[in-house]
Amino acid sequence: MTEPLIELRNVTFSYPGAPFPIFQDFNYQVLPGKHVGLVGPNGCGKTTLLHLMMGLVRPQTGSIVIFGQEVKTEKDFIAVRQKVGLLFQNPDDQLFCPTVLEDVAFGPLNQGKSPAAAIEIARATMARLGLTGFEDRVTYKLSGGEKKLVSLATVLAMNPRLLLLDEPTAGLDEATKHRLIHILNDLDVACLIVSHENDFLEHTVKECCQVHGHCCQPLPHHEGT
Amino acid sequence: MSAIQEPFSDGASTVHHLDPRGKIVVAGLFAVLIAVSQNYAAALAGLALALIWLGAARLPLKKVAARLLVVNGFIFFLWVVLPFTYPGDVIWRLGPLALTRQGLLFTGLITLKSNAIIIALIALIATVDVVTLGQALHKLRFPGKLCHLLLFTYRYLYVFEQEFHRLVQAMKIRGFQPRTDLHTYRSYAYLAAMLLVRSYDRADRVFQAMLCRGFHGVFYSLRTFSWQRRDWLLVATSLPALALILYLEWHHPVLL
Repeated sequence: MTEPLIELRNVTFSYPGAPFPIFQDFNYQVLPGKHVGLVGPNGCGKTTLLHLMMGLVRPQTGSIVIFGQEVKTEKDFIAVRQKVGLLFQNPDDQLFCPTVLEDVAFGPLNQGKSPAAAIEIARATMARLGLTGFEDRVTYKLSGGEKKLVSLATVLAMNPRLLLLDEPTAGLDEATKHRLIHILNDLDVACLIVSHENDFLEHTVKECCQVHGHCCQPLPHHEGT
Repeated sequence: MSAIQEPFSDGASTVHHLDPRGKIVVAGLFAVLIAVSQNYAAALAGLALALIWLGAARLPLKKVAARLLVVNGFIFFLWVVLPFTYPGDVIWRLGPLALTRQGLLFTGLITLKSNAIIIALIALIATVDVVTLGQALHKLRFPGKLCHLLLFTYRYLYVFEQEFHRLVQAMKIRGFQPRTDLHTYRSYAYLAAMLLVRSYDRADRVFQAMLCRGFHGVFYSLRTFSWQRRDWLLVATSLPALALILYLEWHHPVLL
């Protein structure tokens, strides 16, 4: 059996002040090489699940194992974040540098790359996403679709082994959605995609799971063409 | 369009091309020297030096004047109060108020000094954009925490402003018009509170996104600073000028 990329074991998590926990004895595995869709009603914990995996929130009990290592402390998660990329729901939360090039180079620089190497990676990543010519654009003046693609570039520039996408299609037009589908299908990286759009998931993932409080239940899924 | 702008940081003059580190050091020394100076000769020499820098920076003079007007708006209040309250030889009386010669001279000196420092800062520091300023301070071995504070304050100022506009628009599209009544005051209070809460949340999410991309407290800069001959020229011309101001300060030539 292949080793899971991420495994959550008996995780219990509740937000402070919440009447009941979002996850109780929750178990889930992300297996390598697959695009998986996560679905479920609003507030069922899809985003929280991604944030648990990135260490942005910590479980009250249970353990999280990523790439075969149990992760507990901030230091453990710092290492995880070098290899797992999270695309936030709102690109305004993600982009914070004045120019696009600086934002895309931010991750590689944090990984210890030299400025010259970081710029090269940033340019290559942007070229892959069809963003050539955006280098000196100001991030907060981009359109919604452009912001989304630039956000994706900032995550891909770190060359992640696993990509977590939180509602990547929110607010995108059809053309940009198709662009995103092509980009994701060409990626050689495992993806976990949270989405409410069945149409989008049909074109991007091999299997879908419904997020519940205890587990993720696999759903019958028909792959699109 | 953002209301927070840096109108002076874009430019192609010699001053814009100078290494920010040199400009920060020279401007810092200048500001301290002028701030502690006690006589007109030093202040006037400082003002002359600041004007030379301003000339070299070739900034839009209208905008510079607008900035100076704001600063001198504060100084105006000193003119209203200080000449009448500073002890000294009375030269004019208006009812219970007595205008003193020393008070006038002192207020004039403060005005000169403030303007000299502001002009020098506009010419040397405002010609660097805030992000570069933070990075240059970092390179000058300023405490990392202070540099981050500067950069983050700047970054979140935009967030704050954007949230504010969003909230104001949300109020406007539902027909809100400010009046002098409780509803208006209450709505503004809600606006302020909501602005605080939402900006805090957003700042939190931006920070989380930075963590996800491997941020661990150190800012790396794509910008490289290069110290060139013109930077030596700035230092080589500024230091004797500053020394002259110091000399004038020590020798107290009577100017008035």
